[in-house]
Amino acid sequence: MSINWFKYSAPMTFYPLAGKLIPFFGWLTAILMIGGLYWGFFETPDRLSDQKEYYRIIYIHVGAAWMSMWLYIVLAAWALAGLVLQTRLSYMMAAAIAPTGAIATFLALWTGAFWGKTSWGTWWDWDPRMTSELILLFLYMGYMALQSAIDDPRRADRASALLALVGLVCVPVIFWSINCPNPNECAALHQTSKPGGGNMDPNILISMLVVALAFWMYSFYTILIRVRGIILERERHTTWVNEMLEED
Amino acid sequence: MSTISEFFHAGGYGFYIWGSYGAALLLMAGEIIAAKQQHRTILKRLSRMARMNAAEEDE
Repeated sequence: MSINWFKYSAPMTFYPLAGKLIPFFGWLTAILMIGGLYWGFFETPDRLSDQKEYYRIIYIHVGAAWMSMWLYIVLAAWALAGLVLQTRLSYMMAAAIAPTGAIATFLALWTGAFWGKTSWGTWWDWDPRMTSELILLFLYMGYMALQSAIDDPRRADRASALLALVGLVCVPVIFWSINCPNPNECAALHQTSKPGGGNMDPNILISMLVVALAFWMYSFYTILIRVRGIILERERHTTWVNEMLEED
Repeated sequence: MSTISEFFHAGGYGFYIWGSYGAALLLMAGEIIAAKQQHRTILKRLSRMARMNAAEEDE
C-alpha cells in the first residue's frame, strides 16, 4: 500500500476529503455520546465511593478535560509543522482547533465548578489543577486573539504558532499538578486521576471512556467543518477554488 | 411519571448535574451550528464573487 500522504496535505485535496469525513464523525459522535451517557446514567450505581448522584458529572468533565489538553498538544504540533515545513494546511488546522479546544477547556472548568460545589462545598479554589487549567483557557483565547489582531495572515500564523509552542509548557503542569510522585507534596484539592486504579465501578469507567471517545470524535467533527471554511477563505484566489465555485 | 421526575431530580443534585450537562449541550450544539453557518456564509460570498467575475469576463 502506498498512499501519498503529502497529496492530502494540500488544501485542494484535503477540502473534499474533509467533506466526506464530516458525516462519518458526526454519526460516530452521536452514537458514542448517546450510548455512553445512557449506560452511565441507567446501568451504573447511584454512588461512586463516598460521592452521591452528582458524581455523574464525571462523564463530561473528564471527556472535556482530556480533550482540552490533547487538543492543545495537537494545536502546538500543527503550529510546529507550520513553522518547520511551511505548509499552508498546518496553520489552517491549528487555527481550526483553537475554538474547539477553548470550549473543551471552558466546559472542564464549568463542570468542575458544579462538581466542586457538591463534593468540596466550593465553586472555585486556587488549587494547582484548577489554576493551570484556567491558564490553558487564557492560552487558547490569547492564541485566537493574536491571530485575529494581525492583518497579514502569514505573520499572524507565525506569531500565534510561537505563542502556542511557548504555551505548551502549561500542559505538563496541568498533568502533574495532581499526579505528582509524592502525594504529600501536592497541595491540590483536586482528586488524583487513576482511571481503573481506584475502586471505580467498571460500568462507570466504561461509560466515562466511551463519552471521552465521543468528545474526541466531536472534536474531529467540528474541527473539520471549521477548517473547510478557513481553507475556502484563504484559498479564494486560487484556481481550484474558483473552478469548484463555477461548477456549482 | 414519577420515575422521570426522579431522574431529573437526581437525589437532590439535579441542579448541579443538569447545570453541567445543559452548558455542554448548549456550547457544543452552538459550536456545530456556528461552524456550519460560517462555512456556508463563506461559500455563498465566494460563489457570488465568482459569478460577478464571470459576468465581467463575458462583457
